[in-house]
Amino acid sequence: MGTLFTVAKREFSGYFATPIAAIFLIIFLAVSAAFTFFVGYFLERGNADLQVFFNFHPWLYLFFAPALSMRLWAEERRQGTIELFLTLPIPLWAAVLGKFLAAWLFLGVALILTFPMWVTVNILGQPDNGVILASYLASFLMAGGYLAIGSCLSAATKNQVIAFVLTVTVAFVFTAGGAGFLTNLISEFVGKSVLDTIAEISVLPHFNQIVKGVIALKDLAYFVALILAWLLGAMAVIDYKKAG
Amino acid sequence: MTDMIVADQLVKDFGEKRAVDQVSLTVKRGEVLGFLGPNGAGKSTTMKMLTGFLKPTSGQASIAGHDVSTASMAARKVLGYLPEGAPLYPDMTPWSLLHFCAEVRNVPSELRRRRVIESIERTNLQSVVMQSIDTLSKGFKRRVGLAQALLHDPEVLILDEPTDGLDPNQKHEVRELIREIAPDKAIIISTHILEEVDAICSRAVIIADGRVIADGAPSQLAEQSPLFNAISVVLSTDKVQQARSILEALDDVQEVRVQSLAGGLAKLTVVPAASRLILNPVISTLGEAKLEAISIRPEASALEDLFRQLTVSPDKQEAA
Repeated sequence: MGTLFTVAKREFSGYFATPIAAIFLIIFLAVSAAFTFFVGYFLERGNADLQVFFNFHPWLYLFFAPALSMRLWAEERRQGTIELFLTLPIPLWAAVLGKFLAAWLFLGVALILTFPMWVTVNILGQPDNGVILASYLASFLMAGGYLAIGSCLSAATKNQVIAFVLTVTVAFVFTAGGAGFLTNLISEFVGKSVLDTIAEISVLPHFNQIVKGVIALKDLAYFVALILAWLLGAMAVIDYKKAG
Repeated sequence: MTDMIVADQLVKDFGEKRAVDQVSLTVKRGEVLGFLGPNGAGKSTTMKMLTGFLKPTSGQASIAGHDVSTASMAARKVLGYLPEGAPLYPDMTPWSLLHFCAEVRNVPSELRRRRVIESIERTNLQSVVMQSIDTLSKGFKRRVGLAQALLHDPEVLILDEPTDGLDPNQKHEVRELIREIAPDKAIIISTHILEEVDAICSRAVIIADGRVIADGAPSQLAEQSPLFNAISVVLSTDKVQQARSILEALDDVQEVRVQSLAGGLAKLTVVPAASRLILNPVISTLGEAKLEAISIRPEASALEDLFRQLTVSPDKQEAA
């Protein structure tokens, strides 16, 4: 447990050692606000809720999460520091989980910094703060899922650009699999059971449930399983690469 | 447990190419093994397998009795490793990197600061501890890598080219350091500087094309070279022909090689037959013929000569 914390701490402070952290946070906040106000017509809708703000999050994370996760392992491989890192007495699970937690925590910080949105709706009206809290939870869990996918794919290459592109692609499949336009498109070719399966492994239906304020065990379990599966995948990839 | 580092028939294939072929070696406590070989011979790959970073295609390795693949954590705890090229996190400072390593290595928090300071002093990093690593010179980076490997006072050290990129003074310091800590540790260093092997290694292993081709004390290995006990004589060019013919006439001399030097000088390498001692006959012969030499001394490059003989492939030798 001690080493897990040490790894996460080093990785987390690594974000702040360069301008990456500041740039990321500013752009993340600017883009999420811009979408909410200019694309989602937050003010014109006249509803005291953050529905439109959260509706954009799956698409926001599609690019922001891979941008954070791409360096996790690819950079270690490129710099050669992976050889130092993996020969220190750190269990592989702690190495993978520690790095993931650092990225997740960082996105958590970005998410917390969107609190002015929450303050704004509370000034303008009387929103259901329970639903907003649930939405933040959903958003955070989804970010974890994307970052876990990114961890695994970052471990597979020493090129951060490749890691980014692969992660965006896979994350897109996981997101859009449950989106209406794609289901309509492929419903002409496949049966209902296939459609249900795709929807079941997709992020969106689970995300939408929690955002509505319905926190079901099934949806929480989905995100935990998604994260664990991809982190186990990352461990397998790292172990496979040791065989050269 | 005296065999602290064991490699048992290690093989590593990268695709079709066999990088390491049946390498076996053992290092006992108190031994410093010099791992020699041309670039690409498989030194680093062997070391990566010894540390568990690479999985061997076949064969086993163990550190202090812990198999590096099945008891990897136990092996890594007693190991200090300087990887090839001393990779370090560029955005950290030596201070924070060493603290990170100390924490990961479970050095108790009250001891941590002291250990970090000790390893900084040992490797003379005082002037740069708070500077970010990517601003450091190659020599400093190498020493941060060494500090990291020595931090927990490990029983086993595997150092891949520890003196590469250091200036002569720093090389000397690192060798002194290794000599100082050697008695109660088992150490492997890879290098292609042969004088280093003479200076600090109790044993040398020469590897070429992935295979061990010589294994023994540096002096034993030197004996295998025809240049063992050879004498080198430096004199002016006009005396070379005469000196050569009278030296070649000596009973114990096998051959005399001539190499011209700058400034109108030439060097004769007098190779003895069957490693006989020929210093005195050479001196007296030259004296009798009144051939004044600039210097007469034992040839020191026997190990280097053996290294070249063993590691240069036959077709290249013919070309040269």
